[in-house]
Amino acid sequence: MANIISDETIEYVGILAKLDLSSEQIEQAKKDMGSMLDYIDKLNELDTEGVEPMSHVFPVQNVFRQDVVTNGDNREQILKNAPGEKDGMFMVPRTVE
Amino acid sequence: MAKQYETVIGLEVHVELATKTKIFCGCSTEFGGAPNTHTCPVCTGMPGSLPVLNKQVVEYAIAVGLATNCSITRYCKFDRKNYFYPDNPQNYQISQLYLPICRNGGVEIETETGKKVVGIHEIHMEEDAGKLIHDEWENCSLVDYNRSGVPLIEIVSEPDMRSAEEVIAYLEKLRLIIQYLGASDCKLQEGSMRADVNLSVREVGAKEFGTRTEMKNLNSFKAIARAIEGEKNRQIDLLNEGKKVIQETRRWDDTKETSYAMRSKEDAQDYRYFPDPDLVPVRISDEWLEEIKANQPEFRTEKMLRYKEEYDIPDYDIDIITNSKHLADIFEATVAICNQPKKVSNWLMVETMRLLKEHEMEPEDIVFSPENLAKLILLVENKAINSTVAKEVFEVVFDKDIDPEAYVEEKGLKTVNDQGALRKTIEYIVEANQQSVEDYHNGKQKAMGFLVGQTMKAMQGKADPAMVNRILKEILES
Repeated sequence: MANIISDETIEYVGILAKLDLSSEQIEQAKKDMGSMLDYIDKLNELDTEGVEPMSHVFPVQNVFRQDVVTNGDNREQILKNAPGEKDGMFMVPRTVE
Repeated sequence: MAKQYETVIGLEVHVELATKTKIFCGCSTEFGGAPNTHTCPVCTGMPGSLPVLNKQVVEYAIAVGLATNCSITRYCKFDRKNYFYPDNPQNYQISQLYLPICRNGGVEIETETGKKVVGIHEIHMEEDAGKLIHDEWENCSLVDYNRSGVPLIEIVSEPDMRSAEEVIAYLEKLRLIIQYLGASDCKLQEGSMRADVNLSVREVGAKEFGTRTEMKNLNSFKAIARAIEGEKNRQIDLLNEGKKVIQETRRWDDTKETSYAMRSKEDAQDYRYFPDPDLVPVRISDEWLEEIKANQPEFRTEKMLRYKEEYDIPDYDIDIITNSKHLADIFEATVAICNQPKKVSNWLMVETMRLLKEHEMEPEDIVFSPENLAKLILLVENKAINSTVAKEVFEVVFDKDIDPEAYVEEKGLKTVNDQGALRKTIEYIVEANQQSVEDYHNGKQKAMGFLVGQTMKAMQGKADPAMVNRILKEILES
């Protein structure tokens, strides 16, 4: 494997992704990420001079909605997905301002 | 000698678009609904839900771009900006990083130091976040996702401004353009227009920019001006003390007139932008662009010229009236009903402006209808009420948009046009104020005014002052 992922990198990525990894998971993730980067290196060997970066896998564009209200009050259903509920709102751990 | 500094300012302006529905779902954008009553799986970020772009958002964004001299990106797309915060239920905000819809524009501003162009780096489309309320009682936070997914455009200026005055002129110009387009009402207090200020200082003549800070939480033009002054002075003081400005985000506290650091560059977030695979690219054809161009409304400059030709009102009035789209709309609609441009203009320029100032309101906050203003003007015109009564009635029209005809009827405010009754009252007043009559005959003009005043008082204000004057003169001279 050409790409070695450092402990600092895996810790940083873990923080960004809000993942709490065990030491075995960390080792596995380092290996997985390293081989992903190896694959990217392989792709980079291709000459893509003058090729537009692809922005979507399907050759589809301009999919729009008209500006018309189609949804009504769906609160009861929506709140079933909330971790907690109070006064019609989602209750979440306190965020610091 | 003390060093001379120059302030360099760039703005990021967020504008909430006036669409009926959210940017990626059919939920209403209406303000003030009970919490979470305008939500669905898309705008609450439920797994498996699929966003579909609101066409009107693209059209408003293009219209603003055209009006601010931007080039329109004919092939654009959306990207995900990743971060964790409960007001953002998807854990990413859908925005545009790589191909924003508008680029390289600018608007001309005018201040006391002259005219200049403020460059616009880009305008991109994105979604708003939900609202967080902190609950002290339960020591938790509560989230209302009604605002989540409301369409925004973010207008990013070049660092072209050098003073608070220029910043205000730029914001006013943007606001006016967007209001004329009908793309947003741009109310700073209500948050439909928000400005973040990027500011740095450098020694006069320096080529390099200084380290900048970004200031948030500015919700009035006055707060923006104060925040710029405060931050400029803070940075200059630091530099004069030989310290360094730290690149950070600061929150302005307008009541304390000071700012404090929210987060610095060291713990700045890494947003890991990437193209959103749920949304397909947008291609803007020549035909579509031409259609939007053809539908652009009359802007202020054109309106000013037309008013001059059509209405024959002073340039000063035209300037004030066209400086608010809402005011201009009221003016035109009222004139269309009563056909008295000068009178309508006077009511807007004098009484309306006085009341707006008194109530600390903006022209956009006016609630009275053109119908009721026209009725009031016609009541005066037909001498059904005099101008003093009209002013009192207008205050009620301004407050509650009442029907002035019904109000005048109900309160018995109609001018007494019965000359006989008026003459009797005046005769009585003259009789009761012989001293004033004597004074009048001795050449004291003030005495006349006093007698008119006494008559109006006796008539409870419901007399035509011109008629009172005429009859009074007749009696005094006889």
